[in-house]
Amino acid sequence: MASITFREVEGSSLKYWMLFGFLGLFVLFGALSWNTMHHYGHVVTGMDNQIVWGLPHVFAVFLIVAASGALNVASIASVFSKPMYKPLAPLSAILSLALLLGGLLVLVLDLGRSDRLIVAMTNFNFKSMFTWNVFLYTGFFVLVGIYLWTMLDRSVKSYSKAAGTAAFLWRLTLTTGTGSLFGFLVARELYGTAMLAPMFIIMSFAYGLAIYLMVLAAAYAWTGRALGDIVMMRLKTLLAVFVAAVLYFVVVQHMTSLYFTKFHAVEAFMLRDGGIITTLFWVGQIVIGCVIPLVILLSGLGKQRSWIMIACGLVILGGIVQMYVTIIGAQAYPLDMFPGVTEKSSFFDGEVHPYSPSMPELFLGLGGVAIALLATVFGIKVLRLLPASLDDATVAKLEH
Amino acid sequence: MKRLLALGAVVLTTATLAWAGSGDLAKAGGAPKPVITKAVKGDQCVEPNDFMRRNHMKLLKHQRDETVIDGVRTKKYALKECINCHASEKTGSVAASKDDFCVSCHSYAAVKIDCFDCHSTKPQGSVAMHPLNADTAHYKHRLAAQATSRVSAEEMAGIAQ
Amino acid sequence: MSEMKPMSDNTPGSPERRRFIGVATAAAGLALAPGVMLIEVAHGRPEDQAASAAVRWGMLVDATKCVADCNECVSACSTENGWTPVAESKHPRQAPQWIRKLELQDPLTQLETNLPMMCQHCGEPPCVDVCPTGASFKRADGIVLVNRHTCIGCRYCMMACPYKARSLVHEPLNDTQKPDVPRGIGCVEACTFCVQKVDRGDGNTACAEACTKAGHNAILFGDMNDPESEISKRLRELPTKQVRADLNLNTGIRHHGI
Repeated sequence: MASITFREVEGSSLKYWMLFGFLGLFVLFGALSWNTMHHYGHVVTGMDNQIVWGLPHVFAVFLIVAASGALNVASIASVFSKPMYKPLAPLSAILSLALLLGGLLVLVLDLGRSDRLIVAMTNFNFKSMFTWNVFLYTGFFVLVGIYLWTMLDRSVKSYSKAAGTAAFLWRLTLTTGTGSLFGFLVARELYGTAMLAPMFIIMSFAYGLAIYLMVLAAAYAWTGRALGDIVMMRLKTLLAVFVAAVLYFVVVQHMTSLYFTKFHAVEAFMLRDGGIITTLFWVGQIVIGCVIPLVILLSGLGKQRSWIMIACGLVILGGIVQMYVTIIGAQAYPLDMFPGVTEKSSFFDGEVHPYSPSMPELFLGLGGVAIALLATVFGIKVLRLLPASLDDATVAKLEH
Repeated sequence: MKRLLALGAVVLTTATLAWAGSGDLAKAGGAPKPVITKAVKGDQCVEPNDFMRRNHMKLLKHQRDETVIDGVRTKKYALKECINCHASEKTGSVAASKDDFCVSCHSYAAVKIDCFDCHSTKPQGSVAMHPLNADTAHYKHRLAAQATSRVSAEEMAGIAQ
Repeated sequence: MSEMKPMSDNTPGSPERRRFIGVATAAAGLALAPGVMLIEVAHGRPEDQAASAAVRWGMLVDATKCVADCNECVSACSTENGWTPVAESKHPRQAPQWIRKLELQDPLTQLETNLPMMCQHCGEPPCVDVCPTGASFKRADGIVLVNRHTCIGCRYCMMACPYKARSLVHEPLNDTQKPDVPRGIGCVEACTFCVQKVDRGDGNTACAEACTKAGHNAILFGDMNDPESEISKRLRELPTKQVRADLNLNTGIRHHGI
């Protein structure tokens, strides 16, 4: 097997620092947003006692799910021993760490008492999925960190496969945990199903890979390194499979619900009468997030790099919309306390709850994205994560 | 737009306060000493002063868990009783103005008080109406003379340890 | 899952141990002097005694007696517990509501039903299950509460509650709280069965008192574990239902006429 040279990104150009500054600016906006929310309380957000989890959760859950998926490429290399993916693995690991960091920051900074984070770290209720997730996230940082170390340090290289396998199993558990945050809610019609756990896993595959592809292509294009078509074509086909799988899960979930009379009203809300939620579902989640990317990736368009990038962007956008529909949509539909009768109260029982996100929420979410990207940009500058070249000749040698 | 302005105001205020604060410090050669006002009722706290200064937080923390989780409502170490005795006659509160009992020391020691995000800083009913004050009204003229005392720097340093 | 307890439970003053002592004391009391026990419960327990599992506070809501435009229970709750009535709030969608009047109508029969809706004080509360820090908890005597000292405002309990009983405090309260009822920004809150009144020995909640005073008698509060209590006697005779009985949460509030 041919050896691959890994090299840091020099990161001294004006362009690098402009990117750094641009991302830093969004991190700053995120920090200011948190400060506002913390100072005035959640009254400055669009969230209320009906829509209790808003846009920050959409971003946070998306980033956490994508974090697990970004580890895909590394897992294929180590767990399934595909040599072609080996040089792609370090970036995959650092990106997954960075995305998880961003997601978790958004999640904890949106807490009503974000100043009491220490309480969450010292008081545990082991029946809560949230508590389990705290441990899953921590474990993920540790395991992926070790895995990254085995990839970067020759003296511990022999442990790479073991570390990679541990990280792979852990991240499957992690995404199961994230899905179960919603799956273990008895009260809401659209949650409370074990289906959410595998669905979140497959969603993580798609989002994570789309982000990985964009970061990879950007890193190579902006540093002037060669990135051959073999790598791109492999990964884009994989992405198409994942996106199709997401679509499959969504269809199965709704078909199942449509069969049960007790779910008819909520399904009608999601698929037909839900206004903005319905629009987001059909246009954002299904068409933009699944159908168009599939058409691009599986048709001749998918041979051109710019179209692959467009497809990745759409998958990411569609993913965020899917999170929005999943998290906000399920809360917008009123709780059915008395099936079969209409409900009315001062607490907005029996009516669809509107939600319009505020600026601080949006920028807090974007701040998380920016932190994730900033960490990645910094990571590839200080660590040898990127192969000096991934042109077709180099990659072809790996396969033999 | 309003929110943006408000945000700007917060940032500016923070910056100004930080600047003003550092100025004061430089001029006076230290933060203003805490003002300890004698409690309206009684001569002695539930434990000796020295012990209370160092350990009141431990007592309160222990009591709070017993009260909230178990429903034990003993008065001796209850925050409500601290407030009943120590609320200032001027503001009727332990934390409304900077000389009030809790705030005075806590700002000197730079320890954030979390209690009053949730707890009322005032006794039940108005200070004058409060039964604890009613039967201790005869103390008032005596207390007025020694109403406020400043704690020495040595004493505070002892507490800080 | 029940054997997995937070570590603090192993300490001497832990709730588990106290609960045990409480039960043991109560059991002893029951065996030795039943008469004394009854008086004790009626007048509230001594202030140094922990809430005991021998008691289960509960409520009977008689929807057939609840009147359409009456809001007495809601006002009384707001006054007792110090939350701003929604009509006076600048942010009605974000304002906490510990109790609300619910109007139901059957679309076919046109039958209208009115009832107050609040925390149902479940025997198996979903909010307690999901709370990451254990801040949501059920007291020994069945009252479901939020420990604001450990609530981090994650709002998972609000997602989990089938009754939409909980609210987040969205803005600073600026020292408007009642001395007996601490509540504050960034924490989740709900009906407490007027725990401060219960512990004082009033043996009744503000809403129930107000409803009786208004002459409707639609709310009855009491100890469901005491077979001789008014509420136990009524519950034995009157057919009642739990809201969302399908979830099998063993609610502390039982409804007649829904």
